[in-house]
Amino acid sequence: MPDREVLLLRDSADIVLVRQKARAFAVQLGFSLVEQTKIVTAVSELARNTVDYGGGGSVTLEVLMSSRIGLRFVFEDQGPGIVDINLALQDGYTTGKGLGLGLSGAKRLMHDFDIASEPGKGTRVEITRWR
Amino acid sequence: MGQFLLVTIQVDMHDRLALTLQDDLTDRIVKTEAKGVLIDISALEIVDSFIGRILSNIATMSRILDAETVVVGMQPAVAITLVELGLSLPGVRTALNIERGMALLQASLGRSAPGQSVEGQSVEGQASRGQSAGEKGNHARS
Repeated sequence: MPDREVLLLRDSADIVLVRQKARAFAVQLGFSLVEQTKIVTAVSELARNTVDYGGGGSVTLEVLMSSRIGLRFVFEDQGPGIVDINLALQDGYTTGKGLGLGLSGAKRLMHDFDIASEPGKGTRVEITRWR
Repeated sequence: MGQFLLVTIQVDMHDRLALTLQDDLTDRIVKTEAKGVLIDISALEIVDSFIGRILSNIATMSRILDAETVVVGMQPAVAITLVELGLSLPGVRTALNIERGMALLQASLGRSAPGQSVEGQSVEGQASRGQSAGEKGNHARS
């Protein structure tokens, strides 16, 4: 297993692929079943955001092996961006047809969460779960 | 099985497939005049907000079409994750496994469907006879 992998996110089939990759990485790193499930669910939410709202993009899977073992995912798109990030992070807030739980839910399911967005330029979301 | 539809989800569904399932299932409820739908998700390794919304939609649509939906077999890790995600599956009835889901559907149909509740009616009849006998007894004593 490589310790870093970049996958494209263009449609719903890519979301499935990223879920499977995320699971494989999490299993390999020894995360428990509940932790694997949380990681894969968070990844699924953010991958869908990238496809549905970002107009497609990519995700970088990264194994962290410093003092702690961790798994990081960086989602990037060149879509319309998010004008009000605080608003977008509220439960139930959505500009689309979703439930508005993608960002806020993913944040709760992971240990670290970082988002940067510029209207007209795109969005970058970084999530990490430590073992 | 007759009046129930049993749906077993066995693949990691992509979003369009989930939408197709929702449409096909509502069609099938009408065609078969099903009174109950059992959705077995024991093979699903995650339920994210999209799949959660599809399950809620199916429950709502089937209710409008006069059918009850019960989702069965959710894995514990999936349930734990759902709660943390913030999803409570409003309007979706759940049961631990297919057997219990089936019992739940039969119980809810037994109350509403005429001709099926013969046993229930006779029990009710006995109960009311018992009650009136008791009243007579009370009356006689007073």
